[in-house]
Amino acid sequence: MTTASKTEPNAPAITLRGAVKRFGEITAVDGLDLDVPEGICLGLLGPNGAGKSTTMRLLTGQAIADAGEIRVFEHGLPGDSKAARAQMGVVPQLDNLDVDVTVEDNLAIFARLYRVQNVGEAVERGLALARLTDRRRDAVDELSGGMRRRLLLARGLVHRPRLLLLDEPTVGLDPQIRTELWTLIDGLRTQGTTILMSTHYIEEAERLADEVAVMAHGKVIARGRPSELIAEHAGRETAEVYGPPDRLAEVRALAESEGLVVRPAGPAIAIVGSEASTDGAIPEDAIRRAATLEDVFVRLTGEEAE
Amino acid sequence: MIGLRRKGVGGINEVKRLEPAVIAGVMSREVANFRTYWKGTTFSSVLEPIVYLLAFGVGLGSTLINGVDGLSYVEFVGTGMVATAVIFSSALPAMFGTFVKERFQNTYDAILAAPVDVEELVTAEMLWIGIRAGFYGCFPLLVAMAFGLEPAFGMLLVPIFCFFTALGFAAFGITVAASVQKIDQFNYVTTLVITPLFLVAGTFFPINQLPEGVQVAANFNPLYQLVELVRAAAFGLEATDLIRFAALVAFAVVLWRVAVRRMTTRLID
Repeated sequence: MTTASKTEPNAPAITLRGAVKRFGEITAVDGLDLDVPEGICLGLLGPNGAGKSTTMRLLTGQAIADAGEIRVFEHGLPGDSKAARAQMGVVPQLDNLDVDVTVEDNLAIFARLYRVQNVGEAVERGLALARLTDRRRDAVDELSGGMRRRLLLARGLVHRPRLLLLDEPTVGLDPQIRTELWTLIDGLRTQGTTILMSTHYIEEAERLADEVAVMAHGKVIARGRPSELIAEHAGRETAEVYGPPDRLAEVRALAESEGLVVRPAGPAIAIVGSEASTDGAIPEDAIRRAATLEDVFVRLTGEEAE
Repeated sequence: MIGLRRKGVGGINEVKRLEPAVIAGVMSREVANFRTYWKGTTFSSVLEPIVYLLAFGVGLGSTLINGVDGLSYVEFVGTGMVATAVIFSSALPAMFGTFVKERFQNTYDAILAAPVDVEELVTAEMLWIGIRAGFYGCFPLLVAMAFGLEPAFGMLLVPIFCFFTALGFAAFGITVAASVQKIDQFNYVTTLVITPLFLVAGTFFPINQLPEGVQVAANFNPLYQLVELVRAAAFGLEATDLIRFAALVAFAVVLWRVAVRRMTTRLID
């Protein structure tokens, strides 16, 4: 897979300025500012309802912003949305393949929709990418879940887009298939395809994204490389303490009195930035580990990570 | 709706409004799907007129009705049933197909994420249904020939009449699908709109036996105009048939714009 040559290195592939999208009383996207430079993979990380999918729909012209400015490459949206879509590939959260139709026809239909000149060559390339060449004449409903996700990805890339939008690409998949898809996506990133990937899986963002934008309530509340975000919002180390609720409450109160941030972590509590503790607020039996993006995510959004 | 001309990028041709290549692309999806279910559709399209002609044409025709307006009852029903075939292979597939693709299969989400606009999507869906109904609309005529209807050169126009009528009813079906919230609501449309249109079309009995008000109303029924055109094609066209044909084309054009508007409201947040 090769991508179209870049005319301006690091010029924004995507620009959103003050984008607002309301659905009745609900403001799904609330003054969103976001730049995605060409050639990077940006992970849009946020809990359900943060506005990630609406942002994706704004970019594909399937939702029209109530306010703000949106550009994809040189195209202003929504007016120039059709031209913008010609340069992007979209892999949706929900499987919307034609299930009764063969694998190769699924690819050929989208090659035509994207006006690819050599449909046959695009289909062969898609089959190779999805590793489905030997299943080309099978109907999609005969494929496994992993094969279908690979086909969805190949369909989104059938026209060699400059920009790829991945909306929760591995949601609901088992770990083996998820790892398989990560390898495919990582290959695209390495080859220079600009990727905007919404996810609520921390590990996915950590593994694939050059930069992560944490979204909550329709806005980006933090952005940077994963290591920068961790250093800025979670320090070096997190201490996890397990025990009965009374003890956890006691430890929590002590840590918070030292100005440390404490968050629930399943059956435990996690004391973020525990290396800063000087006054014995961290119990001896605490499990000390390097801070992670999950600590950042939970601290910033108040949501449990997946 | 946008009308654009852009230089091609990376093997992509110009992007503009109502592109034939894009419309063909959307239709190719329908064709690929049709290949998986054409046998069932064709079977019912052939069998249905046979059953109706046996029941009404031969049954009623040989026992109760000698003839209608100078035609044998088989000729009358055989030509009239073209309209039945057209509405049932256009309005209903458009209603159910559009709703299922939009609500359950998320097909339109996939298509509209590509450089395809709602106008192209609706146009392609209508054209495909129109072509299909133009083809299947001829089946009752062919079956009626087996029951004694004399072939005529004018009958070669029947697929064209069926095509334009089906375009209008496809747009009607798409509009309905884009307007309802639940699939059950189609029951109101079939009972209150489709069944009356189908019954008051002069298919099984001439409308000149109906009350005067109903006769006037029937003139606004596209199916009645189609029935009259098909009978004219089979037994002799007249200049006034051009007006009927123009009315069917106008019906298709007006409903096309309505369908595009309703689908845009439905598909674009």
